[in-house]
Amino acid sequence: MGQTLFEKIWDAHLVRPAGSAEGDGAPAIIYIDLHLIHEVTSPQAFTELESRGLPVRRPDLCLATIDHSTPTLPAGADGKRPYITEAARVQVETVQENCAKHGIELHGWDSPNRGIVHVMGPELGATQPGMTIVCGDSHTSTHGAFGALAFGIGTTEVGHVLATQCLLQNKPKTLGIQVEGELAEGVTAKDVILHIIGAIGVDGGTGYVIEYFGSAIRGLDMEGRMTLCNMSIECGARAGMVAPDEKTYAWLKGRSHAPKDEAWDRAVERWRQLPTDADARFDRLVEIRAEDIEPSITWGTNPGMVIGISENIPDRHDPAATDAQSYMHLKPGQQLQGEKVDVVFIGSCTNSRISDLRAAAGVMRGRKVADGTRVLVVPGSEIIRREAEAEGLHQVFIDAGAEWRLAGCSMCLAMNGDMAQAGELVVSTSNRNFKGRQGRGARTVLASPLTAAASAVTGRVTDPRSLAGEVQ
Amino acid sequence: MTTDISSHVISCHCYCLPFDDIDTDQIIPGQFLTTTQREGLGAFCFHSWRHDESGSALDEHPLTEFDNSRHQVLVAGRNFGCGSSREHAPWALLDMGVRAVISSRFADIFFNNALKNGLLPITLDEAVVEFLHQHPHHPVKIDIQSRSIEIEGHGSFEFPLDPFAAHCIIEGIDQMDFILQQDALIRQHEERRPG
Ligand code: SF4
Repeated sequence: MGQTLFEKIWDAHLVRPAGSAEGDGAPAIIYIDLHLIHEVTSPQAFTELESRGLPVRRPDLCLATIDHSTPTLPAGADGKRPYITEAARVQVETVQENCAKHGIELHGWDSPNRGIVHVMGPELGATQPGMTIVCGDSHTSTHGAFGALAFGIGTTEVGHVLATQCLLQNKPKTLGIQVEGELAEGVTAKDVILHIIGAIGVDGGTGYVIEYFGSAIRGLDMEGRMTLCNMSIECGARAGMVAPDEKTYAWLKGRSHAPKDEAWDRAVERWRQLPTDADARFDRLVEIRAEDIEPSITWGTNPGMVIGISENIPDRHDPAATDAQSYMHLKPGQQLQGEKVDVVFIGSCTNSRISDLRAAAGVMRGRKVADGTRVLVVPGSEIIRREAEAEGLHQVFIDAGAEWRLAGCSMCLAMNGDMAQAGELVVSTSNRNFKGRQGRGARTVLASPLTAAASAVTGRVTDPRSLAGEVQ
Repeated sequence: MTTDISSHVISCHCYCLPFDDIDTDQIIPGQFLTTTQREGLGAFCFHSWRHDESGSALDEHPLTEFDNSRHQVLVAGRNFGCGSSREHAPWALLDMGVRAVISSRFADIFFNNALKNGLLPITLDEAVVEFLHQHPHHPVKIDIQSRSIEIEGHGSFEFPLDPFAAHCIIEGIDQMDFILQQDALIRQHEERRPG
């Protein structure tokens, strides 16, 4: 029987198979090709290495950035960055010191390439098909868009990878999610993944690695595939993947960390062997029809509480729904469309790439942000920021009355000070609508950049298809 | 409450948090992640449940009766620990005095993070969890060696635990050392990997 994409990568990275030692029953040990690092989940791991007197085994396979605790407003006249707290500044300085000491490539304040870890890795071409990629961050699943096996780990495991370049891993099962058909106008990769999570539930993928396939997935560009894989963790999956194809290779070619010349040709030849064989089998298969997907939004306090934008919120009265409705100030069975919007956040590793900004600018061009609505647009990387500025997108946002910021995680998890106030309704292109995620008492509605931009200009939760014109 | 480290038995009362999908943002909110230490997070565990929007401590909240001299086991709803991979979540729970969490299903990364820190994630059938929710502060006895939990007056139940993880907790085996000992195999892999 043939193998899936996941199985091929797993086998190629086995350092030691599971349970091979007499009686220790240890999980498999797999080798990690790329270890992404950021300031929040790494300090304790470096401290652990230090206390054991261990070196970083392969600093050349690590790549670091600062993104979570970093302010998105520029330094003041005194040259000081407006950190939310002293602790945030210390955290950023700690990763800088650790990377300098161990010879790890860090894209800090002085780098033109600094960005959200899951935006920067692919952008630099460090993320490549067939790789094993880890990071102390659950949205590492993003990198699976390139046909890599990429997943989030905890800080103890960050320490393991720093010291050994390896991880102890139990082999996950495989879940195939097939999306066939054509996406309707105004329906984006974000809507596809929200729809999928709504369909299988927030723990529907637990224990699995997902491979997304089918004509609708093939049709997505690389940025759409990243958005899709990014949110795999929101249904509990270990990772999400899309098989590499010509789009993948074209997107990667020429990027600074991608192979060059003959090495590139050899790599592409290897990558072409990766896609799942025709006779391979998934442990579980879910089929979704592209035609069934409309612009999707969340109504509750986890990413599985999803509706199509034209639908009413479910007429549910179970404790979880009641609790979510009460937090969100919504009633069972009511429309969410038309609710007043206080804040719009366009950003995060889910939707902060240039195509997301173009889509949002397409809706906002020539329009004004509604009175009483605050709009924050935060590019995923400094490269994207410059690209957007070169195209004049930033001017579209500024002219509309939105704030245009420096790259970072920003209001996605609101630990850098960018946050909403209690009770405010936020339409957000990020990935988590947990209680308090975007600020104490803030009510998050997850949506695509099109829906977010449409809601920005009307000041109400708005179906982007209802605005005449510009929607691409 | 007794904890006998040598026999790896935890005898204590359960504390119920009967909610599904408790995410790691609830366990330890993002604003407390700027630390560079593992210690001291217990004070902020479930912070937004215990404080109102202005930051004042609430008199009534889901943890009002939690007393770590009595309760060392939390009984949660389904899908405990979903969301962010922050290991700060098990650090905070341990720091608050929790030794084990019971749920009918754990989120994957949390499960791993918990075990790596000696916090026991105990998966039990929904019906058993439901029994505990209906009997708050119920006494239990957890035996890591036999991977079983004795629920007073209700029965004894085995729970799945990766044998290696259990072995590491019982024998005090350090997983980083264990991988470091495979150096020869790691080198072999490095020689055959492309690029
Ligand atoms: S943008 Fe949000 S989800 Fe992505 S890495 Fe940053 S905090 Fe995590």
